[in-house]
Amino acid sequence: MSKVFIIVQANEEARPIVEALLQDNPHAVAQESPAMVRIEAEGKLTLNRATVEELTGQPFNIQQLHVNLISISGHIDEDDDYLTVAWAN
Amino acid sequence: MDMKATKKKLGIKERYAHMTRGLGWEPTYQPADAVFPYDKYEGIKIHDWDKWVDPFRLTMDAYWKYQGEKDRKLYAVIDAFAQNNGHLNITDARYLSAIKLFWQGVSPLENYVVQGFARAGRHFRGEASRVACQMQAVDELRHYQTQAHSISNYNKYYNGFHSQRHMWDRVWYLSVPKSFGEDALTAGPFEFLIAISFSFEYVLTNLLFVPFMSGAAYNGDMSTVTFGFSAQSDESRHMTLGIEAIKFLLEQDPANVPIVQGWIDKWFWRGSKVLALVGMMMDYMLPKRVMSWKEAWEIYAEENGGALFRDLARYGIRPPKGWADACEAKDHISHQVWLLFYEYGGAAAFHTWSLTNEELDWLSAKYPDSFDKYYRPRLEFLRDKHARGERVYQSTLPTLCTTCQIPLCFTEPGDPTKISHRETVYEDEKYVFCSVHCQEIFCNEPEKFVQSWLPVNQIYQGNCFNPDVDPTAPDFDPLKAVLEYFKYNLGRDNGEFEGSEDQRNFAMWRGQASKN
Repeated sequence: MSKVFIIVQANEEARPIVEALLQDNPHAVAQESPAMVRIEAEGKLTLNRATVEELTGQPFNIQQLHVNLISISGHIDEDDDYLTVAWAN
Repeated sequence: MDMKATKKKLGIKERYAHMTRGLGWEPTYQPADAVFPYDKYEGIKIHDWDKWVDPFRLTMDAYWKYQGEKDRKLYAVIDAFAQNNGHLNITDARYLSAIKLFWQGVSPLENYVVQGFARAGRHFRGEASRVACQMQAVDELRHYQTQAHSISNYNKYYNGFHSQRHMWDRVWYLSVPKSFGEDALTAGPFEFLIAISFSFEYVLTNLLFVPFMSGAAYNGDMSTVTFGFSAQSDESRHMTLGIEAIKFLLEQDPANVPIVQGWIDKWFWRGSKVLALVGMMMDYMLPKRVMSWKEAWEIYAEENGGALFRDLARYGIRPPKGWADACEAKDHISHQVWLLFYEYGGAAAFHTWSLTNEELDWLSAKYPDSFDKYYRPRLEFLRDKHARGERVYQSTLPTLCTTCQIPLCFTEPGDPTKISHRETVYEDEKYVFCSVHCQEIFCNEPEKFVQSWLPVNQIYQGNCFNPDVDPTAPDFDPLKAVLEYFKYNLGRDNGEFEGSEDQRNFAMWRGQASKN
């Protein structure tokens, strides 16, 4: 199984995104580097809108991810409620 | 009259469909092939353009909203950086050489990509692909502009940041990214897409923008890390587009597979050569290092690229031809390129220097299989000579590879002690290459590459002097005349860091920042 990743900036806006990813993807691991956090997982990673909203108590649009996104790998499936990256192999 | 909202708001997928489907029309005054003259000659067959889907599905209103938000954040940082003498918070002035090279050699490439995507956005037939290309053209223009605005603050204080536009068309090492960009720009629109969106953006761009920009943060350069990550948030979309574009081409027709494979082979290799400059920036020019070039290559090329090519195997795509050689080179290229620039430091518009023992130890630890054996002794030898007042500068000109235009400084696969060198005779003229892969690229398109504008060859032909220069004058100094033609401020932009004006000014200003 190949690894996928999502890298975001290390800032306050992205912190609930990182927390939501780690909460909803128990197999995911966060690696911190200067100014950035890389969340890596075997096969698949999902970001759920509802989880971010629960963590922050605010409405969250999945596309807000774009503002603090640094890099991403794998095939993307995005809808109003979630964003998934996965490899087909 | 009151408007009644009866329906729920559209979802992402519906909004994207409205933006990208059904907007086109069948032309009636002219046949479609006359309106779109360039999307067939490369041999790519497209049966259904509607199969092109951008997985992020950004609509125009969302695009402008988020781009505006990114720019507001970035420009607040740029202002704060300038107002508060942020340049004095970088680790030390050697770091600036990396930013000079970025500004001289990477930013103009952003501008080329603007042109390429504007053109592709005009010449593809499918509406969704045209929207995607036009958005990317706007993104890349934003990248060039934000880099210009961020880096202009350094130009107020330090040497080597001036005359970028002039240098780009003339300076020897800048012909490496320039010829890469022009090769892509003059290709057909599908080859351009595979060259930039797939091979560069997807497979290689992480190597430039992720560890290097994290390194900028580590070295206290708030301005560069902010423009870098702001650009990279767009790159994430571009990378996604790259993988969608390749899936689209491969799924449209099996006849597309070998054509696309050929482009992947060519552009992976070309991109890996351009990135040798980034390897040097990471291993040698950052005073504080986040990770080695080798580690970055392992994570972003080998692991991530490996996953990608395993995924594409179902279409009959294999890893690029130069893959194994490029992976072997991860132990060598940053050192070979640094040694090249150190020795040609008199002819580069940034500084080079001798490494401290601590820095050499870091490289020894990161490169256990190559550094102590092949590179450390040479660096120590050069450092000793410099300490004796015999700083080494090469004054003869190197042989350039006709394809990638990098001087022949890379070694044979399997033998790091032997310079790799290939030759091809084409129509009675001899052409030289750095590798079997660059040679093959030439042989596939000789009519294109015989036109290469090779700086060294042009200098020897007398084409790189200012018009008022008299090469027959008894005191004529050809190297000096060439550097003047490049618009270098001699003795300030170029040469050894130790004793440079940048070093002195930085030390003085930093001293003033902490006391009266």
